[in-house]
Amino acid sequence: MAKIPKPEQLSKIDLEPKKHWSQFPIDIRPGMYCHGAKAKDLKVLELPNARDWSPAEEDWKLPQDWKQTVLDGIKERLEKYRSFHIFMDVCVRCGACADKCHFFLGSGDSRNMPVVRAEILRSVYRYYFTPGGKIFGKYAGARELTVDVLKEWWYYFFQCTECRRCSLFCPYGIDQAEITMIGRELMNLLGLNIGWITGPAANCYMKGNHLGLEPHTIKSSIEFFLDDIKDITGVKIEPTFNRKGAEILFVTPSGDLFADPGTYTAMGYLMLFHELDLDYTWSTYASEGGNFGFFTSMEMAKRLNSKIYAEAKRLGVKWIIGGECGHMWRVLHQYMDTFNGPADFLEQPVSPITGTKFENAKSTKMVHVIEFTADLIKNGKLKLDPSRNDNLIVTYHDSCNTARGMGFFEEPRYVIKNVCNHFHEMPEDTIREQTFCCGSGSGLNASEDMELRMRGGFPRANAVKHVHDKHGVNMLANICAIDRATLPPLMDYWVPGVRVTGTHELVANALVMKGEKERETNLRAEPLPGKGGE
Amino acid sequence: MYDSGKILAGLIIFIVIATLPFTLNLGKAVAKPSPSIDTPAINQMAKKQCVESKDYMKTTHMQMLNNWRDEVVREGNRLYVAADGKEYNMSLQNTCMNCHSNKSKFCDECHNYVAVKPYCWDCHIAPKEGV
Amino acid sequence: MGIAFSFAAVIALIGLAFIGVKGLNLHFLFGAIVPYAAFLAFIGGFVYKVVKWGRSPVPFHIPTTGGQGYSFPWIKQNKLDSPPTTIWVIGRMLLEVLLFRSLFRNTKSELKHGKLVYGSEKLLWLFGLIFHWSFLIVLVRHFRFFMVSVPLPIKIMEALDSFFQVGVPLVYLTDLTLILGVTYLFIRRVIMPQIRFISIAADYFPLLLIFAIGTTGILMRYFIRVDIVGVKQVAMGLVSFQPVAPGSIGVIFYIHLFLVSALFAYFPFSKLMHLGGVFMSPTRNLANNSRMVRHINPWNYPVHVHTYQEYEDDFREKMKQAGLPVEKE
Repeated sequence: MAKIPKPEQLSKIDLEPKKHWSQFPIDIRPGMYCHGAKAKDLKVLELPNARDWSPAEEDWKLPQDWKQTVLDGIKERLEKYRSFHIFMDVCVRCGACADKCHFFLGSGDSRNMPVVRAEILRSVYRYYFTPGGKIFGKYAGARELTVDVLKEWWYYFFQCTECRRCSLFCPYGIDQAEITMIGRELMNLLGLNIGWITGPAANCYMKGNHLGLEPHTIKSSIEFFLDDIKDITGVKIEPTFNRKGAEILFVTPSGDLFADPGTYTAMGYLMLFHELDLDYTWSTYASEGGNFGFFTSMEMAKRLNSKIYAEAKRLGVKWIIGGECGHMWRVLHQYMDTFNGPADFLEQPVSPITGTKFENAKSTKMVHVIEFTADLIKNGKLKLDPSRNDNLIVTYHDSCNTARGMGFFEEPRYVIKNVCNHFHEMPEDTIREQTFCCGSGSGLNASEDMELRMRGGFPRANAVKHVHDKHGVNMLANICAIDRATLPPLMDYWVPGVRVTGTHELVANALVMKGEKERETNLRAEPLPGKGGE
Repeated sequence: MYDSGKILAGLIIFIVIATLPFTLNLGKAVAKPSPSIDTPAINQMAKKQCVESKDYMKTTHMQMLNNWRDEVVREGNRLYVAADGKEYNMSLQNTCMNCHSNKSKFCDECHNYVAVKPYCWDCHIAPKEGV
Repeated sequence: MGIAFSFAAVIALIGLAFIGVKGLNLHFLFGAIVPYAAFLAFIGGFVYKVVKWGRSPVPFHIPTTGGQGYSFPWIKQNKLDSPPTTIWVIGRMLLEVLLFRSLFRNTKSELKHGKLVYGSEKLLWLFGLIFHWSFLIVLVRHFRFFMVSVPLPIKIMEALDSFFQVGVPLVYLTDLTLILGVTYLFIRRVIMPQIRFISIAADYFPLLLIFAIGTTGILMRYFIRVDIVGVKQVAMGLVSFQPVAPGSIGVIFYIHLFLVSALFAYFPFSKLMHLGGVFMSPTRNLANNSRMVRHINPWNYPVHVHTYQEYEDDFREKMKQAGLPVEKE
């Protein structure tokens, strides 16, 4: 694995390019990219050109007719996506997006300006699909598709986390996420995905979740949490799995069943739902809320997403609650109903505790767990003791997808402020709709691209450091499983002393449960404030 | 989703606006202006000659009059020496309008055509015509 | 390279008109045929492009949400940046098209002693707005050449535009602001490294062309006077399909007209189509209501999925051992 430079070195970034982007050589550098997709995963996913390959080697083992495949692929997508077609044509290169991208801010690499990341594809579009590009060639900013260009695409489309921050500032709403998604679809026509995406996607396809947890393992993982919960609270919880006739199906990212601190968030769900005596079930088949298919192609996204409605139908539930996750909610909010709806076999969600009708989910019938909890708190249905979180000085990181793909800002803040006494916002240019990515979204949270991740997460970490220095913030709350996996190393690298938590971990710590014993520790088995140790 | 209806409506609006210069003029007679120099003073002239050449007057009379005003009002100088050496009294009412006593058939003819509203007559009194 | 190429192209266009009119006396070509052809290319190209875009569907519902979406009644929404219904989408679009809402958000990121700071950066927004609005007003003002009787609104616009009554003919403010705007947009492209090194000829060319159009217009109005009655005759001739091209009008008029024709003809085949594209951008013109109203993808097709039955077949024994319910024993 490539060695990561020290933070002092990495933060020496020159944001002023010295020559035209097209004159910089492409340097496919270890630490900045992920391993190539494996043959076995590509086969499972029925993707073309399944073979083992390595980006580090000269020969990427492309199929013979790769060029025509890509050009046909572009043509097909121009005809299928108005977004792509318009975004190829109307960019005026005003540069408003240039310094909005976390990868540019963390690397100074011209090609990481969203405009250029689009331009590397747009230049080829011009060459083959516009009269100006055909006639004037390089004078019209057009260029031929070559293997080098293809490698450039691969390198930079996997240096974009589809966070949409550029799209917010673009006067025409040009969304680099959309261009990256289509660019990655083109890559997938040639088998040029990354292993960190196809591995989880293949797992999810066959086993129902990214981590490849088999049904019995899911159950035993959760039972393991239940033991911990019993130790900490004295409350015995008995959730159900694959239960027909439950009112609600609960789907959350599998990452929360696997690694800290996501596991504490999963414990939070279990405790909350138990306390409410909610008639719900987990599923081992639809055991993944996240969707690494979404980082592969729209078709793959749909194939993985289909399990949620299919399982809801099989189990005969009335509606669905989704756990805390970013890109999962982009898919659920903006794609699922279109992909696999209409969900006419479900009912409009109504909270059985408060009677609140979730108007905003009347078509998809899927409610965000944060909405669900915010409604409970608003209606006074939870007994909360926020002082149990008094050792935490919290700030909140908006996930890109819930921010710019949902407009989901106040609900999580409302919940956090009700379960924590110490909350401070990061600077306004770095939160809400202007939030910065964790730097590792869209399937880039591997370990071999750690330098890329630390660079991409630099603006986020920088804002955390600001509130860490100013207010002593020591806990970074979020509502995203990828954040919970990727922010801890980012914090350790840039802002040591700040830890990461899911929002429902905070809720569960503050939640006063019926029949609980006097709690000595929080879910992490650390002493509660005022309970020794301090 | 195509939204064909909305796109079509947008395109129609675009075409209607873009072709307004054509459609607004449909069926309207386009009369070319013909300023008249049929006035008693001009008719008496042996050689019908303005202060400067006709082409120059056509394009630049407004700037000339502006200069005249500045000369007279600000410098107190009323003597204008034309390109051909002839001397004139710089005066809109006494020189220009003396010959072109038919404002409505001379000045207004073109000014109306090109939709220009000179502010000469904010201060000067327009000559009475047909007297 | 891009600047030199664009500069040469604009000079070539000017030279072409100059030689054509002054040297070869091709008044009718430059005064009638070229403008007609350019106008046809403009309308035809514009419609072609929009129809082409329109034939590609919007398969997914992908508004970029710039504020709090529709939620509980007790959560304050930002309806303009996260529109819940079509009416609010129209509001968002009007803000975007008329006032450049998204550009107004613009910030400038700088790295100071290892710390990223974000400053307000409204100049692009301001000069962009000045440029576009000036251009529109200048264009509309030209209607006095295209109409027998000029409608009152245009007369009022002209009066306001020349409100200060400076110079003869009266100086139009928008003549100055148009040049100011286009100059700023050009200069920032040359001096700001982040912009300069993303720019291509297609970025410089329209700016230089519009600069040349503005300059020839200003020269003609204030410095190199032409026979304005003749100009109107040409304009009226064009719009009434009885084109005339008097040789008595100065050559600068024909240069101006040719440059405008070039801009019109170039428009649909260039980035200038952002005029049409901004209305059709799916990240802006959709309501944030995708969990409330199902969006239909016309090419949605069945995909190969791994069904529950297949899953259970894979894991039945393990599921049974773990006490998980199964469909088939």
